[in-house]
Amino acid sequence: MKVTVDQEMCCGAGSCVLAAPEVFDQRDEDGIVVLLDAEPAAGCREAVREAAAICPASAITVRED
Amino acid sequence: MSQNDPVVRLPLPTEGPLDPPAEWERLRARCPVATVELPSGDTGALLTRYDHVKALLSDPRFSRPLPGDDSARVAPEDGGGVATRNDTALSVAFKGAEHQRWRRHVGRYFTAKRMTALRPGMTRTAEALVAEMVAGGAPADLKAALGFPLPVSVICDLLGAPVRDRDRFSYWSDAFLNIDRYTRAETEAAEAEFSAYMTELIAAKRAAPGEDLISTLIEESRAEGEGLTDPELRDTGMSLLVAGHETTANMIGKMVAMLLADRTRWERLVADPSLVRTAVDEVLRADANLGGFGVRRFLTEDFEFDGTVVPTGTTVFCGLSAANRDERTFADAGELDLGRSPNPHLTFGAGPHSCLGQALARTELQVVLDVLLRTLPSLELAVPVAELERLAGLAVGGLREVPVRW
Repeated sequence: MKVTVDQEMCCGAGSCVLAAPEVFDQRDEDGIVVLLDAEPAAGCREAVREAAAICPASAITVRED
Repeated sequence: MSQNDPVVRLPLPTEGPLDPPAEWERLRARCPVATVELPSGDTGALLTRYDHVKALLSDPRFSRPLPGDDSARVAPEDGGGVATRNDTALSVAFKGAEHQRWRRHVGRYFTAKRMTALRPGMTRTAEALVAEMVAGGAPADLKAALGFPLPVSVICDLLGAPVRDRDRFSYWSDAFLNIDRYTRAETEAAEAEFSAYMTELIAAKRAAPGEDLISTLIEESRAEGEGLTDPELRDTGMSLLVAGHETTANMIGKMVAMLLADRTRWERLVADPSLVRTAVDEVLRADANLGGFGVRRFLTEDFEFDGTVVPTGTTVFCGLSAANRDERTFADAGELDLGRSPNPHLTFGAGPHSCLGQALARTELQVVLDVLLRTLPSLELAVPVAELERLAGLAVGGLREVPVRW
């Protein structure tokens, strides 16, 4: 699995951090998404898919291998 | 949207207090871009399908109607609070790069991590409020005992506004959001009072700063050209106080009512509290009473929905709750599935204007549910569901009371 984020589109809602805190964080200075792990381990892939599906700005893209 | 389609009148009638209007299903199937007539007599377009609502809300070219747009009015000429009118000139930019600058400046104080850090404090407040409700004896109105006081105390703490003024915030907030209860003169007086109050509060914080959000925003804006201007500070304070209060307060009442309306739902959560996170998002999705008018967008360019072109100058009403029940997106959309995941509902909107406080709202709702399941597992409605009464005329929907016993 490969994850990418679009910081320009991100609206800082933080729903990805609530869903998958091991993979996503928010910058302190503006709340914009930070990708912690672009190739997440099997254990958190389901949560990453959820984060991408619920992102209100559609700023997360997941490519399955 | 064709000339042969009947005109839909908002708000649409419903059978029971928690039920969606039956009309939504027909509209999604046969007339997903409908013509609507508002209480003012003006007309606009109503969207009820998920993909359409999401596409429009996600498009950064459009925002709510701005002063000067020739947009449809919701309330008749002499009424309607500031949040329901079209001539409201807030100093906070409504769209584009300026909106994004404001949003990112304020948004950093509402991140998921910051909200999670508030959780222990919220839990203590919720526990104290529940204990007080229990001490008063059953039946009690859960909305008055917990639904209102918790979010007010949380947003007051966060902003640094005195919680003792909460009755005034409540009145101002109601006057901002109501469609028809107050006259134009009353809503204008409420706006002027609230604005003067916030200006004074900011002056007091400037003189004696605290650890709160208003003090922080003032401090960051001290240097010329940095942070927020004085009118932006004032309007930001007012917006956050109103937004952080009425919506969550009503949602707490509706959440508990929806979960107790079929008590097997409550029992399932008592048995498995790990469902709280998904259950909260599912009641947010299934809430059919978010407010009868949806979120508005003014089209400054033509917009096409699956072949239907809606022309420039149209005021579009995005039916968030109707979209949340779209079978094209959600399996068993009419059912409450407490473990639903993913749950990409549109209750907080989508795109650049999606709710700034959604991590806060989610955290508050999760805390309320956690505390109630743990301390009052025997909770039940004290009246039949059909006797719950919807609040009329609010741009933010709610129930008048949520009577409970335990």
